Amino acid sequence: MACGKDGEQDSRIGGIAASIRVVPDFPKKGIMFQDITTLLLDPKAFKNTVDLFVERYIGKDVSVVAGIEARGFIFGPPIALAIGAKFVPLRKPRKLPGEVISEKYVLEYGTDCLEMHVGAVQPGDHALVVDDLIATGGTLCAAMNLLERAGAEVVECACVIELPELKGREKLNGKPLYVLVESR
Amino acid sequence: MAVCEDKEQDPRIRRIASSIRVVPDFPKKGIMFQDITTLLLDPKAFKDTADLFVERYTGKGISVVAGVEARGFIFGPPIALAIGAKFIPLRKPRKLPGEVISENYVLEYGTDCLQMHVDAVQPGERALVVDDLIATGGTLCAAISLLERAGAEVVECACVIELPELKGREKLNGKPLYILMESH
Repeated sequence: MACGKDGEQDSRIGGIAASIRVVPDFPKKGIMFQDITTLLLDPKAFKNTVDLFVERYIGKDVSVVAGIEARGFIFGPPIALAIGAKFVPLRKPRKLPGEVISEKYVLEYGTDCLEMHVGAVQPGDHALVVDDLIATGGTLCAAMNLLERAGAEVVECACVIELPELKGREKLNGKPLYVLVESR
Repeated sequence: MAVCEDKEQDPRIRRIASSIRVVPDFPKKGIMFQDITTLLLDPKAFKDTADLFVERYTGKGISVVAGVEARGFIFGPPIALAIGAKFIPLRKPRKLPGEVISENYVLEYGTDCLQMHVDAVQPGERALVVDDLIATGGTLCAAISLLERAGAEVVECACVIELPELKGREKLNGKPLYILMESH
């Protein structure tokens, strides 16, 4: 199971890590899927997760929290509400009703695409990108590109879980990544 | 954009209503789409929205907040966190990694399906269902069915917006519906 991050491990992290369920062979054979729905069933673990992010970003002049569809929609908004930032949903194609900008990214087989509303962020906005997990980093990289193309500065990416062996951190163009739990 | 206000005119509701953008002809001609992404760009309006629901449900013995994918994932978790309840994502097919129960529902053309993890709720739990908007009520009805099949008691459905002309309220098997505003 997942282990905590870094030397100084906040005492809340053990409970968070223990609340995440690993589902073997989903969505296909050989993948050990990190299921955060069990974390969400534990109100204390969920609250601690949000608190850890909020404590890190409060008072740091973050004006935008961008969450990646769909599990980034679960963790992003509570952070945005607590720090007084806008929440911007980054979505799969054709879900957002207004004018959008799109960013393609590479999957194992084929490509996918992430979209953001035009006008959601302005030059001068300082943005956080939130998702439940970073694997290869492809989605987070697309998310950062959308925000930067709109003129925002991406301050950090924040995920509950990192799969360090997939080296997603290296895909982030030098942007910092903050995670609570690593899973090997 | 003007929307009709609900019974008790809380002053926060006016700001929330005016923060919602209507996008004509999305996803197809003739539909006036209620776009809540602009509400999420207004931190005060978003906070007020969450607070209005939290004030209603705090201390009512609600142990489960179920959110309908994907916009229910934005409004549900802040409510769950504030009232100390579990958050359960109700998802489109093949997204949840564990064993699920499924409920089909009717669309204008064809059918769709909503899923919930087995063991997410226990018999006797009191549940809230949250989505951004109720239109025909088909999705909310499927959500209620999933929770009841698992033995939970659905206390109320909560949405930001109702489209009353589509009579979704009548599809809820007598379950109460709480909304912040109507759009005609």
